[in-house]
This record gives sequence, structure tokens and C-alpha cells, in this order.
Amino acid sequence: MRLSKQAKIVLRCCVGLVLAFVYIPLLVIAVEAFNSSKILKWPPPGFTFSWFGKAFESESAREALITSIEAGVVAMLIAIILGTLISLAVGRRKFFGRETISFLVVLPIALPGIVTGVALSNTFTQVLGIPLSLMTVIIGHATFCIVVVYNNVVARLRRTSGSFEEASADLGADTWQTFRWVTWPSLRSALGAGALLAFALSFDEIIVTTFTIGAGEETLPIWIFRNLFRPKELPIVPAVAVILIILSIIPVYLAHRLSTDDGGLTPGRGAAARSTAAPAAIAEAEATAAH
Amino acid sequence: MATDAVVVKKRSAGRRLAGLFYGRPRLQIGSLLAAPMAWLVILYMGSLVVLLITAFWTVNPLSGSVIKEFSLVNFEELVNVPVYREIIWRTVRTAALVTVTDALIAFPIAFYMAKVAGRKTKAALVVAVLMPLWASYLVKVIAWRAMLAEHGVINWALAPLGLHGPEGGVTAVWLTMSYLWLPYMILPVFAGLERIPDSLISASEDLGAHPLTTFRRVILPLSFPAVVAGSIFTFSLTLGDYIAPKLVSNEQFIGTSIFDSITNNQPFAAAFALVPIVVVIAYLGVARKLGAFEHV
Repeated sequence: MRLSKQAKIVLRCCVGLVLAFVYIPLLVIAVEAFNSSKILKWPPPGFTFSWFGKAFESESAREALITSIEAGVVAMLIAIILGTLISLAVGRRKFFGRETISFLVVLPIALPGIVTGVALSNTFTQVLGIPLSLMTVIIGHATFCIVVVYNNVVARLRRTSGSFEEASADLGADTWQTFRWVTWPSLRSALGAGALLAFALSFDEIIVTTFTIGAGEETLPIWIFRNLFRPKELPIVPAVAVILIILSIIPVYLAHRLSTDDGGLTPGRGAAARSTAAPAAIAEAEATAAH
Repeated sequence: MATDAVVVKKRSAGRRLAGLFYGRPRLQIGSLLAAPMAWLVILYMGSLVVLLITAFWTVNPLSGSVIKEFSLVNFEELVNVPVYREIIWRTVRTAALVTVTDALIAFPIAFYMAKVAGRKTKAALVVAVLMPLWASYLVKVIAWRAMLAEHGVINWALAPLGLHGPEGGVTAVWLTMSYLWLPYMILPVFAGLERIPDSLISASEDLGAHPLTTFRRVILPLSFPAVVAGSIFTFSLTLGDYIAPKLVSNEQFIGTSIFDSITNNQPFAAAFALVPIVVVIAYLGVARKLGAFEHV
């Protein structure tokens, strides 16, 4: 679009302001992690690494980290299996009720997290009589992680033609050989990306977790949340927060690499997960940006 | 014939299983979908139905045990008690405010990304906008808690001007939520603007329209459905959140009320949880009318 010089300058200022708005809070929390004061204070009176040391020493934080990883891995495995099965059905076949299934997969994440949390916790405790535990957390996480795997795999299936599979069958390969040599290699990276994002989503989740977690257990986000209200532990929270940012960016970065390596879709975690529209939007955004 | 029989015998179990599925599309689809549908329909949809049923139960005020009998008490309470009415209204108002704020902030940057920036700048900006989505949600809320604190950045920055930042009120929640959900607005709007063909804009310009006229008559109407699509996220995410209100304010919102009542009165929490569902469904209905689903 042809714009006047002034209009362009105004737009650039807007972009700068938005980026400042987006990044300043993240910088602030990163700086607070090195704050030598016991209260959150700006500007920090001094500089220290000690909170990181204390964070690594904290037994409860380490246990919470392990719990988070356990929950993330198991939820991810369930999501991989269920998500791939659905996408193979929806992406490669036509049948009555296909649209309903896509809707059903998205629902756990389209509804506010608190609804999913309350609904599951209510069913476990009131109807099934299952006490809340790490297992109920995993069930909750897997439910909303399915959509991430599904979105990635189904998008890949839509972009690769089913005629490759037909060709393979025509050349005499059976169902398993076709899956092993044709379908699987084309899905591999999309599945990997979906799995990593599912893990990252579970690792970071707090709303559904609060409602489904047992009394004695803590995931890392829950640990952080509880420690915010314990004045003694407060100063290590920003340090753990910085560690959490780094830990959750790694899988997303890897997922990004996996899905762009072969020109696939790039999913932004939150958006891709939470919505029907955002995955498409991001995919398009990234696709156009890559051109 | 004889050799055929030998070949048939030699077929592995896997091949025989594959043969069973051959030419039976319903069986194929059924076996692909059985497990995931059991999970999503029975466990998840089942839970939502149970939630709906539980909302009509009550709690014995003396023993605290759940009375599993149909009653409208919870809903009467939600409608008649002024505090709850105010909480629902406050949450919906904040969600609307966050949505408008995000739309206003997102549009210029999305427009710059889609129609003004060069190829490289565009790619860099997409990554820059996506990055904060990857950072932990909880950490972002804590960052705002730190910024809004008594000795935080905002009060420090405002002090020379003789001003004082928002403290523990709806304003703090509005700021935090607008921050949290901004990328969810930028990305759909960017994608929507990208879809507008440059030729339409050129045509408008060639016909002598002032850039503002082009913006008002061409760009805005064509990108509006994308703004509505983005607003679904900003609106629905604000409606259900309870972590951010708990960490940056003392005000009650729908989420915090559900959270506070879940331990003592699960049926009431269930009834309260139906409120965001109803509001979101109503909002989706409006969004559909406005064309938000046509492009996504």
C-alpha cells in the first residue's frame, strides 16, 4: 500500500510501542530474578545469582519439576495416540459427522480452562469416586493436548496427497507397508512437533491442574503459585520463573524446527492449542512470512 | 490351487488383519475412532453433562454433604444475590474492555506486518509476536504482579509525574489480561489483512481515494471478520481466567468465585461454571453472524 512518509512513521512508532509493551514485562521478571532484595523492588538495589542457587537447592521445587515432567510425558503419549488416530480418520476419509469430530477435539481448549477443570474434577469426585491424584491431572492434560497433535498431523495430511498411499497400494504394498514407508515418513516431523507442543502445553498448564491435582502433589506451576503467597520463599519465584521460561521455550523451539525443516506448519503453542482459528492463522502467517 | 493355499497360510497375522480391513471403510473408520471418541465423548462430554446435572444439586449447610436432588437454588442465588450479579457483570465488562483494547493495539502492528513491512521485517515481526506466546502463562502474570507492586516498575515510572499506578483493582486485571491475550488478537488480524489482495487496495488508490478512505471503505470492512475471530479468544480467555485476577487484584471475578466455592460447595461452583459457557456460546453466535468463521 502507498502511504505517506508521516503515516509510515506513525505506524513504525506503533509497532515499537507494541513490542515494548510485549517485552518489557518479560525483561522485568528476568531482572527481578537477579534482585538482591528480599522484596520485589524496582529498580533492584543490588545484583545476585543466589536465588538461582536456592532454586536449584529447593527440594520441593525439584520434586515439582519431576512431577511436571512425568505429567507432561504421559499426557503427551496419550495425546499422540488419540490425536493421530483421529487425524488419520478425519484427514484421509470422508464420513458422516466429520465436522462434529473436529469440533469435539477443539472443545476442551475452546471452553475456558476453568470449565474443563471443574467438569473433570466434579466427575472424578462426585460420580466416579476417584480421589484426585497425579493420574487425574494427566487425564485432564491429555484431554486438551489431543488437539495440538491433531492440528499438526491433520494439517500435514491435508497437504500431502492421499494418492501416494494409493500408488503404494497399487504397487502391491499392504496396509502396514504403506503406513511404514509412505504415511509415516510424511507424518513423522508433524507428529514430533505436535508431541513437543503437547508436552509444553501440559508443562505450563495451571488452571485445569489446580482443579484436578491431589492434596499432596505439586506441578511446577502449582509450586510457583503457592510460593507466591509464602513471603519467605517469594524471592526465588522469579528465578524459577526464568528457568520455566527457558524450559518451556526449548520444546517449542524444537517443534518449530521440526515443522519448518520440511516446509510444514509452524504452530505457536498457546494459540495453536487454544483455538480453532489461531492454528490456521499462524500457519498462514508463517507461510506468508516464509515466502 | 495348491500353491494359492500355501501362500494364504504364509500370510502373517498383520497381513490377515490388513485383509480384514480391506474394502470395509466403516470398519476402518470405526477402529480409528473408537478409542479417541470414547475418551472425548464419554469422559469429556460426559463430564460436561455431569457438570450440568450437578449444578441442580445442593449442599446440606450443616453437614456439607452434597444432596443429589433437583433444585434451582444455585441459579436463584446467582440471579438474586447482588454480589454474584455484580461479579458476572464485572467479568463480562472486563472481557469486553480487554477485547476492544487488544483490537485497538493489534490493528496497527498487524497492518504494518501485513501490508507495509518488507519480507524480512515481516518474518522477524511474526516471530517477535509469537515469542511471548511461548513464554509460560504463569510467568507473564507474575511479571505483571511484579510490575504493579507497590515498589514495582509502574509506580517507579509514574512517580516523577506525581501519579500512582492501579492497585489491586479492575484496572490491574484489565492491563494484565490485555497483555496476556494480545498475541491471540494480532495473529488472526494479521492473517486476515494478509488475505486482502493488494490489487483491491491499488484499485481504490488508482480511483483517487485518500488513504484514509481506502482504509475505511476497503481494508476495515474486509478485515473485520478477522478482528471478530481474534475477539473470540480475548473474550473467552478473559471470562474464564482466575489466576490473573487472583495475583494482581483483590476483586472477585467469575473464575475466582468458582475457585473459591469449589471446595465447600461443588454444586454451586458447577452452576457458576455454566455462566461462562452460556456467555461464550452466545458470543460465538454473534461472531458467526459477523462472519468470523468464514475465513478461519
